[in-house]
Amino acid sequence: MNKSGISSFWLADSAIDSTAFREQLADESCGACVIFEGWVRNHNEGRAVLRLAYEAHAPMALKEGDIILQEAIERFAISKAAAVHRQGELLLTEAAVVVGVASSHRDAAFQACRYIIDEIKHRLPIWKKEYYADGTAEWVNCQQCAASHSDSEMHA
Amino acid sequence: MMAIPVKAIPIKAIEVKWFAAYREAAGVAAETVHTDAATAAELFAEMQRKHPALALFRAALLAINNEMADWSRSLQDGDEVLFFPPVAGG
Repeated sequence: MNKSGISSFWLADSAIDSTAFREQLADESCGACVIFEGWVRNHNEGRAVLRLAYEAHAPMALKEGDIILQEAIERFAISKAAAVHRQGELLLTEAAVVVGVASSHRDAAFQACRYIIDEIKHRLPIWKKEYYADGTAEWVNCQQCAASHSDSEMHA
Repeated sequence: MMAIPVKAIPIKAIEVKWFAAYREAAGVAAETVHTDAATAAELFAEMQRKHPALALFRAALLAINNEMADWSRSLQDGDEVLFFPPVAGG
């Protein structure tokens, strides 16, 4: 995705290969690698969650994702940064997002990794729909939106 | 006697795209709209009248031609207007 190999953000339609993800960060000058995985968990705000669906607007998500990684490289003393976000249907325990950073020393890697995941959550045009054990479904962060119905699925 | 030129209200062709909760409420992912709406805010209000299920929704985020934009931004013929609910990645 990114020709320099220094940073890359992408969207994945299927399970993320954590070994391949880690390998792309390998760098002989780096003594630290921090990888964060955001997993699909079975509960949210007191409700039992069965599965998730993510929808992304790819052209803008890819561009903004690369901008976030570049910001991390400029702000923190890191060598490499990468991140991938799933789209489509996800099951419990799957990784929805993976962020990885490699740096000479660990402090910068921890800080940069935290920065990247926080910015991904706030800035990327990605939406999450939770499917609950009681048969209902809801778009997260859209509480002010109309009540959603599990039978109003649109497969556009 | 000179004819007084009548200035027609310009009708713009706008490509509207809906995402996530908005897409489900609109019932379509994309539609071409011919409108005299001057701004994105006017267009959203017009679309809420067209798709009554959207009337319950608050306008959240907006992009025009794949760049985030303000609701007061004036629309140009041929613009692609993307209506985004609050994001929830991660």
